[in-house]
Amino acid sequence: MDALKDINLTIGAGDIYGIIGMSGAGKSTLVRCLNFLERPTDGQVLIEGKDLGTLNEKELRKQRSDIAMIFQHFNLLMQKNVIDNICFPLQIQGVKKKEARAKARELLKTVGLEEKEKAYPTQLSGGQKQRVAIARALASNPKILLCDEATSALDPQTTASILELLKSINEQFQITIVIITHQMSVIREICNRVAIIEHGELVENGLVEDIFSHPKSKAARELILRDVPENSGKAEGAVAAQMERIQGDKKLRIVFTENSAFEPVIANMILQFGKPVNILRADTKNVGGVAKGEMILGLPDDRHLQIDMEQYLTEHGLEIEEVTGDVE
Amino acid sequence: MWSSEVTNMIITGIWETLYMTLVSTLVGYVIGLPMGIILTVSDKDGIKPNAVLYKILDVIANIVRSVPFIILLVLLIPFTRLVVGKSYGSTATIVPLVIAAAPYIARMVESSLKEVDAGVIEAARSMGASNFTIITKVMLVEARTSLLVGATITLGTILGYSAMSGAVGGGGLGAIAIRYGYTRWQTDIMIVTVILLIILFQIFQTVGMKLADKFDHRK
Repeated sequence: MDALKDINLTIGAGDIYGIIGMSGAGKSTLVRCLNFLERPTDGQVLIEGKDLGTLNEKELRKQRSDIAMIFQHFNLLMQKNVIDNICFPLQIQGVKKKEARAKARELLKTVGLEEKEKAYPTQLSGGQKQRVAIARALASNPKILLCDEATSALDPQTTASILELLKSINEQFQITIVIITHQMSVIREICNRVAIIEHGELVENGLVEDIFSHPKSKAARELILRDVPENSGKAEGAVAAQMERIQGDKKLRIVFTENSAFEPVIANMILQFGKPVNILRADTKNVGGVAKGEMILGLPDDRHLQIDMEQYLTEHGLEIEEVTGDVE
Repeated sequence: MWSSEVTNMIITGIWETLYMTLVSTLVGYVIGLPMGIILTVSDKDGIKPNAVLYKILDVIANIVRSVPFIILLVLLIPFTRLVVGKSYGSTATIVPLVIAAAPYIARMVESSLKEVDAGVIEAARSMGASNFTIITKVMLVEARTSLLVGATITLGTILGYSAMSGAVGGGGLGAIAIRYGYTRWQTDIMIVTVILLIILFQIFQTVGMKLADKFDHRK
């Protein structure tokens, strides 16, 4: 049984590269292969052309200082205060204490926690802990930052602020960021490229925009459909019964690109066919800084009408695709 | 009968007990701490698994720990004589005390170090830390509180063992208690020594826990 198989990926310098998959898909193992915390039994990991498999223990440790990592549970030293935590990677590299402190203070400013210098991790919130972890990761001036479910333990607001911080770090320090997540929203918010992993295999990869608009694999479609706002509660009673009926219908997912958002295509279609359609979900999402409209329509039962409507939508330049299963 | 001689004897007994307990614990740590570290590191989910090394230390620790201390005392008499030159008195008692304490300490250390969050160790590895750095700068530091609690418990146990050694020629309060309370039926002297042992234990326990607490930054 292989944890990972046939994964061929190239991550460009300066990318914010998302690796997404359901839990157990093997994405955490994949990211640990990138710094050889997990040594792959077969295959190569090349960092700037250097094959990690050919390095000895000492060279590998040196290489790791170029590849920083942050974690879901932050993994800060609980018995050291904030500044000592940030100094820790520098201490490992034998940087003088005074220099390390100066660097750490600078980084605390970057992550906006100057006043927490002497605090211990227990006294910090989850978001603050992750900021400290990010500062610690940046201390050794890495070229690559690996984020293993870095926002999964955080609430939506904190997640957004951490993602913003990661994005600014990517721009400010030209650090390549690899993000492991099971949340499509994280990918949408900041990644430019994405790879989808399922059962240890790479099922799809490419630009986030392309995959969001035309997902090819079933795994990608599922992840996109799961990407619902956090506050949408579960329906109850009569509403639930109604939703159940609706969910039996034929459903289409439509993604509006910038230009099509201006034209009232759906309204026009209803006027033309004289039959109503159900709007099961409508949403505007931020895909890499561009607003994209997303809508899920329930079509009338009439098969001929369904075909005509699909054709109408395609002719008017909309990306459509059929949705199977429940809309969450 | 409560002469100044008895008082002096008891004061000497206190010093002997402190001497045996503290020196044995200290020397016990010199052997037990590295042993506990190696047990943790070489275990199958340790940072450098080594099944053979682990098994050897594991068996040694189990054998020594399974011999009751009073029997270990007797068993070790020839060895003690070899090391110290005699088999009675406080200094001689330190030998079996150390032998008994070391594997006990090793187990205490092992259990403390295993409490250290694997995620923090992984983070250190991801920064390029060597195993030595992980042991000295991460494991021992993060487990500090637990290690201090372990040391406190160890000190209490060794105090008890040191008193037990009085039965076969050790010194200290335990020897006085046995000599006067058991051999001579002088219950009052025995009671005084027992009270003193209780007080010593309380002091060790209180100071140890206070220290452990002071160095814990998790709350």
